[in-house]
Amino acid sequence: MMKAPVNKIIPFSNVDGPGNRCAIFFQSCPFSCLYCHNPETIHMCMHCGDCVTTCPTNALTLEAGKVLWNSEKCVDCDTCIHTCTHLASPKIRYMSVEELVEQIKAKKAFLRGITVSGGECMNHAAFLLDLFKKVKKLGLTCLIDSNGYYDFSQYPQLMAVCDGVMLDVKAVDAKFHQYLTGCDNTMVLKNLAYLLHTQKLEEVRTVILPNQDLQNEKTVRYVSELLKQQSRYKLIRYRQYGVREEGLKALGNTTVSQMYVAQYKQICEENGNTTSIII
Amino acid sequence: MSRVKDIISDPTLTYQQQLLALARLAENDDDSLPLKPEMKKALEEETLCDLGEGRAPYRPRYILPDYQKLMKEGCAFLGLQPPTDIWEATNALLIMYKHVPSITSFPVYLGNFADLFTPFDKDEEETRKALRLFLLHIDKTLTDSFVHANIGPEDCRVARIILDLTKEMQLAIPNVTLLYDPERTSDEFAKACIDCMLATAKPSFANDVMYRQDGIGEYGIASCYNALKIGGGGYTLPRIRLYNVASKAKDKADFMEHILPYYVNMMLEFMDDRIRYIVEESNFFKANFLVKEGFVKRENFTGMFGVVGLAECCNHLLGIKDPKEGYGHNEKAHQLGVEIMNAIETMVKNHHGLYCEGCHNQYVLHAQVGIDSDGRENSPGARIPIGCEPDLCDHIAVECNFHKYFVSGIGDIFKFDDTWNNTPDALLDIIKGAFAQGMRYFTGYNADNDVVRVTGYLVKKSEIEKLDRQEASLNNVTVFGQGARNTANALDRRVYDESARK
Repeated sequence: MMKAPVNKIIPFSNVDGPGNRCAIFFQSCPFSCLYCHNPETIHMCMHCGDCVTTCPTNALTLEAGKVLWNSEKCVDCDTCIHTCTHLASPKIRYMSVEELVEQIKAKKAFLRGITVSGGECMNHAAFLLDLFKKVKKLGLTCLIDSNGYYDFSQYPQLMAVCDGVMLDVKAVDAKFHQYLTGCDNTMVLKNLAYLLHTQKLEEVRTVILPNQDLQNEKTVRYVSELLKQQSRYKLIRYRQYGVREEGLKALGNTTVSQMYVAQYKQICEENGNTTSIII
Repeated sequence: MSRVKDIISDPTLTYQQQLLALARLAENDDDSLPLKPEMKKALEEETLCDLGEGRAPYRPRYILPDYQKLMKEGCAFLGLQPPTDIWEATNALLIMYKHVPSITSFPVYLGNFADLFTPFDKDEEETRKALRLFLLHIDKTLTDSFVHANIGPEDCRVARIILDLTKEMQLAIPNVTLLYDPERTSDEFAKACIDCMLATAKPSFANDVMYRQDGIGEYGIASCYNALKIGGGGYTLPRIRLYNVASKAKDKADFMEHILPYYVNMMLEFMDDRIRYIVEESNFFKANFLVKEGFVKRENFTGMFGVVGLAECCNHLLGIKDPKEGYGHNEKAHQLGVEIMNAIETMVKNHHGLYCEGCHNQYVLHAQVGIDSDGRENSPGARIPIGCEPDLCDHIAVECNFHKYFVSGIGDIFKFDDTWNNTPDALLDIIKGAFAQGMRYFTGYNADNDVVRVTGYLVKKSEIEKLDRQEASLNNVTVFGQGARNTANALDRRVYDESARK
């Protein structure tokens, strides 16, 4: 049976697409963004065992070279996350589609749909296809929250059952994107055009960074011009919470103000993109 | 010390509040309604509670007049003709409100504003002006947040104006409830109500489908969230404090077989005594114009059997010391809760209620919202204790088990962060789901508001601060809010936010 590594399930989420949604966060991501709020979702556990020694409740053990997590003993203090030097988490559950569907089913009356996120959920595309097929049968919508690393045009079956993609466009400038995420953005921009064309673009998100006026403007101009009114554009204020040391050093330790982002909303409006909202 | 002089010299009381306190003092000096010794003991040991209703009840606790009758026929005693425009309609109601008795001496039910005013809503600006003055008049003269109006289920211009004005004026009075039926209430209207609720803690949502299925007939939501018949009401509302009752029991079996029935039956007899006194001794049902002219009928009244402390009762009987591992988080505690409520419901239903023919000769269960002296030992009704709230979905799921029992009202309060201000769709999905799963009443507010819902009623945080500074507050219930904040942490509910994602 196919299983995928799940970092977290938020049974009720009001910020992962329209309505009340169950948000499922899968582990591992090809990007390594400086401002990642959940850097422990980036890599799979290497089983080095560092966290086993610091866990205050002995919820972690090292057996046959593998770190095992006992959720009963765990008190969610996140000491393991702070100990880990590999941007990973030992608190991962390998779940089958059936297990996930059971959980979703139990909350169905309250939900408009599910949103898969991460990490980068497209690391587990085959799993998502199976999950979506079953969730659609419950009458719920299925959204993908993605960084656009994978070429969506290569997943026609998944696109057919998916109700939309919420795409991050972190930067339009290729070099800056490389600096921010460790990866190239050619595919991200290709996906932006593809999803827009196939009407699968639920929304686009850009994090507005402190002291990066030129890059912020370049990205917002490009995206808003392309989107016009065809899709929602979320301008997300950079927040320092959860950002790792390296990121804080590079990007700063303050939250971007509403006022600072207002100038970019203005650019959106000048470009005929009236759907932008500041988060 | 002179209790009279204490009241007279208290700098935090307005003149009206002094008058009511002095009247209560006088009433409690009377013993024409004898208190049985075992009941006196139960009150002293705080297993049962009379909610300070007074020793000699001279009116029903809650009265829900049929205001449509006033609109159609006027009122002879008050010399009011049927109104012909929005000014006469608001004026006639404001006059009548001041003659509707209640436990607080303010009317706990103001009617369904949408139904009452729609026939007179000719010009939008004029309606808006009339309703603005009407709401201001209510806030400044019916100075008690148990004063409660209804809107819905259908959308209409009057209801939209009420929402606009509620948001704009930020008044704690009146309390407002939307009677919500997903078939009759449009999503657009429901979302406008959610927007207003997050900003002002009202309107709350009542599950109209569920209330109608209960077969109480035409009903209104009064006081905190009491569902009672229009043209009737509730005679009295004593309460059983389940935690205190449980602590009298040797074990669970002793509780279920002896202790619980002993106190439930004692409280039912206490209700009989009070209701008999209200109907047979007081002049209300013989002489009051509301009765004589048919704005209320005696057979439409019933007794409300109040329950508090289910959570702590279950935890105590199961020997659970840490409330974070008990009721709200523990399937065994929920099963025991259901067992206890089944037992209470059976006893209450089997008791032949006095003078409540229109309510199947039965008293009704009410999940009472608590008073400040309950402290932290008895959470309101069947609520999960403050400070121990599980995730939102589990919070709702647990409480859905218990809403069916409380025909005359139950509900919890959910506190949200500001992300929800932008996502009324998400909250509507949750309310729809909760109501489909058996939740009777849902209310919430944004964590940063001045107007907040304490346990069932509304206060302004800024008004509580006035009392803290030893200044008077016009709203009679601000002092309850202060007490509930101080003793029961009632303003420290869990904020449902994004903390789950860290």
